[in-house]
Amino acid sequence: MTPAEFYQRDRRLHPPALTPDYKTSVARSPRLSMISLENTASEITGPTFGHGDIDPIDNDLIKNYAQTGDPIGERVIVHGRVLDENARAVPNTLVEIWQANAGGRYRHKKDSYLAPIDPNFGGCGRTLTDENGFYFFRTVKPGAYPWRNWVNNWRPAHIHVSVFGTAFCQRLITQLYFEGDPLIAQCPIVHTIPDPDAIEQLIARLDMNASIPLDCIAYKFDIVLRGRRSTLFENRLEGN
Amino acid sequence: MRQTLDYLRETASQTAGPYVHIGLAPGAAGFDIYREELGRDIAGPNARGQRIRVEGVVIDGMGSPVKDVLLEVWQANANGIYPHPEGGGTVEEGFRGWGRVITDFETGEWSFETVKPGAVAGRHPTASGVARRVRETHPDWMGRADEAAARMAPHLSFWLVARGINIGLNTRMYFPDEAEANAKDPVLNLIEWESRRATLIAKRTDNDGGLPVYRFEIRLQGDDETVFFDI
Ligand SMILES: [Fe+3]
Repeated sequence: MTPAEFYQRDRRLHPPALTPDYKTSVARSPRLSMISLENTASEITGPTFGHGDIDPIDNDLIKNYAQTGDPIGERVIVHGRVLDENARAVPNTLVEIWQANAGGRYRHKKDSYLAPIDPNFGGCGRTLTDENGFYFFRTVKPGAYPWRNWVNNWRPAHIHVSVFGTAFCQRLITQLYFEGDPLIAQCPIVHTIPDPDAIEQLIARLDMNASIPLDCIAYKFDIVLRGRRSTLFENRLEGN
Repeated sequence: MRQTLDYLRETASQTAGPYVHIGLAPGAAGFDIYREELGRDIAGPNARGQRIRVEGVVIDGMGSPVKDVLLEVWQANANGIYPHPEGGGTVEEGFRGWGRVITDFETGEWSFETVKPGAVAGRHPTASGVARRVRETHPDWMGRADEAAARMAPHLSFWLVARGINIGLNTRMYFPDEAEANAKDPVLNLIEWESRRATLIAKRTDNDGGLPVYRFEIRLQGDDETVFFDI
């Protein structure tokens, strides 16, 4: 059986390695060209995860680290689908998120921002997409925070998102931003992405229809992973 | 009107940032939250083959270790089979083939234990029905495909992310004691500059209680910049 190949990654929509306005990239960016590799078994395969790997509460950041009550902050649902470039659902794939608390502080031994740690907020969650590629998390909206780049840079409110897909070559980490945030336009990390449409695709939309009245407001964020060819094998379309 | 293609576009990458551990390895960030963190045991207890230890460091353009990098490893088992529906067969119970590797925040050094992977089948010579017919009727046309179909030498695939890395970097680690297989490896041979192939071959350093130790230093820039792949 011939494994179908993935569409090549469109490097023009992704940030290049060297983006001097994001200063840390300067010493951490490869300078020589990458070697383009046609897919082999090592790229077409990738780790698989199941419900035995995670717990149902893992996608509820309001409850998964609560000690004495709920965390402080605006209660939000983040939901959407993981799709591929053929607009096909990616079922059963692992989605992991992490974020600062409502004050913009991370629970990390290396974060020393003066905003307080929230004793009831861990700041991470994980889930598997369902058979139609849907996922959701419940959390609190993260706060903006300052970071050392230029003297006065503030990250827009964001949630870091990690997704697997079915193949190691689909592996992706990105960030989710919130519709209407004026800091998005200012952020050197956002603007490592050269393509304005690709930036728009990272901005979760306010979704009143999915919000829960008197409880939780909702944002919708679809994630698109690399798509894959169908292979004509012995004169019929194989698999996918 | 011009016709449109109704493909979606891949979501753009953004840096994992300095706090990637919160999401992917919260224990390293300093707190316990999950029943079990993923990617701690790559090979599992039942894996056959040679147990090995792999260690290394990622070095930036100033020659400093990257202390906040997070790596993921993906590998076949000792028979060259990946634990995946298209991985070429079945693997030992508990063999994940995938791991997450955290550095020591003080030194940037990392290490993990696994089993040495076997050689992996290369690209299939008939990539499509058309290619298959060509192969059957014009075997002399298939030179390139046959070359590409050579088995790949044992290797580990790496993907690394960190603050300052805008999109995860893919590379491979090969084994120094597989010189013959490495010389025929279709991926190593794709690297035009032969001197750069050496950046993907680990150094055998020591035995750690009988365990062979391989050291793989990844250089993001500079004279010995590691080869990274656009996969
Ligand atoms: Fe962040």
